Amino acid sequence: MAIFADKKTRLVVQGITGRDGSFHTTQMIEYGTQVVAGVTPGKGGQTFAGLKGQTVPIFNAMDEAVSKTGANASVIFVPPAFASSAIMEAADSGVSLVVAITEGVPVQDMARAHAFARDRLVRVLGPNCPGLLSVDQAKIGILPGQIVTKGPIGVVSRSGTLTYEAVHQLTSQGLGQTTCVGIGGDPLIGTSFIDCLEAFESDGETEAVVMIGEIGGTDEQQAAAYAREHMNKPVVGFIAGQTAPPGRRMGHAGAIISGAEGTAAEKIKALEANGIRVAERPVDIVRLVQEVLG
Amino acid sequence: MDLHEYQAKERFRAAGIPVPPGEVATTPAEAEKLAAKYGGAVVVKAQVHSGGRGKAGGVKLAKSAAEAKQHAEKILGMDIKGLRVEKVLVTPAEDIATEAYVGVLIDRAKQAPTFIVSAAGGIDIETVARETPDKVRRLTVDPRYGLLPHQAYWLANFLYDEADLIKQATTIIAQLYDAFRESGASMAEINPLITTPDGQVKAIDAKMSIDDNELFRRAAVAAMRDTSSEPTAETRAREAGLSFVKLDGDVGCCVNGAGLAMATMDLVKYYGGNPANFLDIGGSSNPDKVVAALEIITSDPNVKAILFNIFGGITRCDDVANGIVTATRRIDIETPIVIRLTGTNEKKALEILKEAGFSAFTSMDEVVEEAVRLAGVAAGRVA
Repeated sequence: MAIFADKKTRLVVQGITGRDGSFHTTQMIEYGTQVVAGVTPGKGGQTFAGLKGQTVPIFNAMDEAVSKTGANASVIFVPPAFASSAIMEAADSGVSLVVAITEGVPVQDMARAHAFARDRLVRVLGPNCPGLLSVDQAKIGILPGQIVTKGPIGVVSRSGTLTYEAVHQLTSQGLGQTTCVGIGGDPLIGTSFIDCLEAFESDGETEAVVMIGEIGGTDEQQAAAYAREHMNKPVVGFIAGQTAPPGRRMGHAGAIISGAEGTAAEKIKALEANGIRVAERPVDIVRLVQEVLG
Repeated sequence: MDLHEYQAKERFRAAGIPVPPGEVATTPAEAEKLAAKYGGAVVVKAQVHSGGRGKAGGVKLAKSAAEAKQHAEKILGMDIKGLRVEKVLVTPAEDIATEAYVGVLIDRAKQAPTFIVSAAGGIDIETVARETPDKVRRLTVDPRYGLLPHQAYWLANFLYDEADLIKQATTIIAQLYDAFRESGASMAEINPLITTPDGQVKAIDAKMSIDDNELFRRAAVAAMRDTSSEPTAETRAREAGLSFVKLDGDVGCCVNGAGLAMATMDLVKYYGGNPANFLDIGGSSNPDKVVAALEIITSDPNVKAILFNIFGGITRCDDVANGIVTATRRIDIETPIVIRLTGTNEKKALEILKEAGFSAFTSMDEVVEEAVRLAGVAAGRVA
């Protein structure tokens, strides 16, 4: 079992012929993901070279790609100016999951795209996220496949490399994962911590969840309250940005303390108040997971 | 990117919002000239990216041109929350009957633009909302339809009782939404929106923050960036494509990924040090970026040790190690450097770094402790 994507996921890559799109398509195929189509306007009819002489067909548009290949998920590697349009095209085409990797999408564009996708009951992950990886089943996005190993831990995070750090440490201590999800560092993201906690709670193989948050917004606080009310599985937390000054954007568009809201201290307090143990350092995540698993 | 008041007012005027005239002066003589041109009483207002300008003495009423000059002398060069005032806005003083607040921002929870209005304007809206929530009206806009006419009317009707004021405010609120949309803003605010004794509604202060992700397609707004109001190192970092924030400590940090960069800063603090900066070098192993990062970090005289923390996922550690070695050969650096690389090909990376004479680590805790210790030694805090 896993959440959001598995062996049966049939993936379209939007922007498959671009530099990042083509590089990561190869990585996703090598991991074992079923990449069934690519889309690049104007390059329909061409093919993308897969493993062992197999090829992936390229289409001009998402509707064609979905109707001809039965794809049910898409991943987006198109530039920021076109990303929200690509998300809406995907949400209109019949796929149920859209993973938007692109960083730098204007937030007003995303407000429209999220509203559009919500109306169609399509899950958007991101944008500005590393995607997700269901161990030994499917990798959608840019998470490095070699750092994961199969096991009972669900991982959800707003960050990229900090997630890799945590996953790498879990793996090196023999604590494998079910699915690792990077929900993205933007202020408006399609899939929240709560969505992931809910999915991990109902996933048969996940026994504990690691939730990695950062400054900005109130998603972690709401997720903590959700965990206490709706989850039986233990959650271990980590919050980055205790030394971040207020009012400054720390790399991620969404990582900013606005007024008195969104500080690391406030988030840590909310997590602990709801019974979630919070690691002081990244290295402590492993120890806390071992403790909650007993 | 934050706009100055005078810049936000330009955007508002372009959208049709009634804003009194005003011009910027950089010297007291210019301020005097502008005040003489407007005649009568004027307000001299510091133009800095900070709230609380009035409390800091950066906003003064002048009854004559000579007085405007005196105020400008005091305000120009003043320090407001660490920012030096380089410009003042000179604008005719208005007779004020009432003050209201009108703002629109991207609400993260609603994932849409949301208006906040209150008849209790001229003061901090967060305080009003917290202490007297019934004096505040919120309205979320469906971004696909935009602000609908009845919604603008609802907001205006919440602020005023008289039909004529409601009519004027309805138009202004719709124009504010247009300015917000067309500027690619994440926040736009009129505080206060005043009524005059003769029944006119006007915006006499303006605030706007632009979504950085919009700048590529809004040249006129992007040209409003005022680099004099930010540390030189931050300007250079932006030009080099690096995400950088200057801090007050002495451990320079160079990390790939924003989350890991924040966690690294926090760990520096955990081990008793203080980070000198936030810096996300991104996923590339390009020596040019490493050179730019090192130049920016070492331009801060406070920096006593430099710490690299790189997680090699898709980017291979050996590539990054080669990038660091090449970069450090191209520039002369006396500050001690410690490097932590982990992930793909980390063993090979460590060999490359050790051969080049660097202290290299695979543990994040060990490298941070070492960087904090080296900074302490250099600063004479520890032997």
